[in-house]
Amino acid sequence: MKTKDLVIIGGGSAGMAAAVAAYDKGIRDILILERNEFLGGILNQCIHNGFGLTLFKEELTGPEFASRLIEQIKERKIEYKLHTYVTNISHDKVVTYSNAKEGVVELQAKAIVMAAGCYERNAGAIGIPGDRPAGILTAGQAQLFLNEYGYLVGKRVFILGSGDIGLIMARRLTLEGAKVLGVAEICAWSNGLNRNMVQCLYDYNIPLYLSHTVSKIVGKSRLEKVIISKVDERMQPIPGTEMEFDCDTLVLSIGLVPNNDLLNNAGAAKGRSRGALVNENFETTIDGIFSCGNVLHVHDLVDNVAMEATVAGRSAADYILGNLKRGDKKIAVQAGDGIGYVVPGEIDLSSASEALEFKFRVRKPSKNVYIVYKFNGEVVKKVFKPVIIPSEMEIQKMPKSLLKNDQGTIEVSLVQKEE
Amino acid sequence: MERELICICCPRGCHLKVDENLNVTGNFCPRGAAYGKQEVSNPTRVVTSSVRISHAELAMCPVKTKDPIPKGKIFDVMQSIINTHIEAPVHIGDVVIADVCGTGVDVVATRNMEKI
Repeated sequence: MKTKDLVIIGGGSAGMAAAVAAYDKGIRDILILERNEFLGGILNQCIHNGFGLTLFKEELTGPEFASRLIEQIKERKIEYKLHTYVTNISHDKVVTYSNAKEGVVELQAKAIVMAAGCYERNAGAIGIPGDRPAGILTAGQAQLFLNEYGYLVGKRVFILGSGDIGLIMARRLTLEGAKVLGVAEICAWSNGLNRNMVQCLYDYNIPLYLSHTVSKIVGKSRLEKVIISKVDERMQPIPGTEMEFDCDTLVLSIGLVPNNDLLNNAGAAKGRSRGALVNENFETTIDGIFSCGNVLHVHDLVDNVAMEATVAGRSAADYILGNLKRGDKKIAVQAGDGIGYVVPGEIDLSSASEALEFKFRVRKPSKNVYIVYKFNGEVVKKVFKPVIIPSEMEIQKMPKSLLKNDQGTIEVSLVQKEE
Repeated sequence: MERELICICCPRGCHLKVDENLNVTGNFCPRGAAYGKQEVSNPTRVVTSSVRISHAELAMCPVKTKDPIPKGKIFDVMQSIINTHIEAPVHIGDVVIADVCGTGVDVVATRNMEKI
């Protein structure tokens, strides 16, 4: 069987940043496996700007951000294979991939970085009642068709879900000549960034219907209309609140899910984010397999993906060089009241750096709250937040010295400040 | 006339009011005041889109206005972008449309696309 020191699954922002970080720590025998025909992943179709402010200190579009990373890969002559699909990862780090040139290949890796990104929830995931005509697609599909292939997916469009891609597509479709009739969001709040609400909806007078969902789809071969309804507090449509929209296309922006099947099948423990459970070095519960970027938890900023992947790539290099020791004692990290998930899911104090970093999302928009860290039942840190919203991932640091014991549980929770 | 805006500088999303003398109220911090003034007196946006390209691996090449343009010119600029057809190769920063719609701003390529 062929061998590689480091195999990276995915050639998007996370995979490329991890490869560069591992190379810069001295690893040379690296292979990136990418299923698409280009490096860059989802950035290639994200032609809007707003990327790179943290990492490159300038505002870039998605393709520009990708090209910076691609240049770094090429300067270092890091090997990559395109049009190559990974079908299996085993517990002992055998990677099975296939492509048209080589057929099916098995490769023994010393370490693996999983960086396969996320996928979009589609119509099947929410089971909208009614017909099943053409003209219903995810926001990412509409984005790919328009931005890379040059096809406008419809002329009269309704959008379900106020995630950022949905808002960005509302603007893109409008600019290209489609009529966007509205955006329905089942939550009582928008799930997109303020910036996108203002610059994508308000700029073009596109209405947003909060606490509404599509309750029926009508159309024989092509979509003819959608019916939306207000929802109650259990998110069930309320009879009598229906509104009809004549449209030929329904674009869905209803959430992203880590594309973590390969690691699930390999037997890596799962985390609350629907990605793998990782420690502070982004190592999964399988020695030498690391996970980072959207396959671990869905990010809102690519800068954060690349920075996370840099840590994962360095950790993988340390593992290969024999410098990463996993101790037998660990601290579990748990999401408490009001918190959706926390990354990392566990901490090994013997290998952790001085500053521990916690990334998490709250469950709903909140004002005047504390983020409270309890270690074995005792409060060790409290951070006041005047405003915190689910659509912005929170990143907080804590000195490792606050943890006086190398075993136990940290619980992160949201507590309302008393008036 | 008083204008109402939502500040985009941070997640707080202050509801701003800007009067005819460009006095801003409702802002929590100075960034909100600056945003409110700019947004009412001279709102600008960077436009990103894609143009048709021949002899490349894809049908479209992504582009952007190199600097923000006046908000009122967005649809004129889009029409100019839609009417543009370029040839590969093209590289990041190459001018695709010079001085688009008399704004003094160039539309530039945002992806390297080689000739095939």
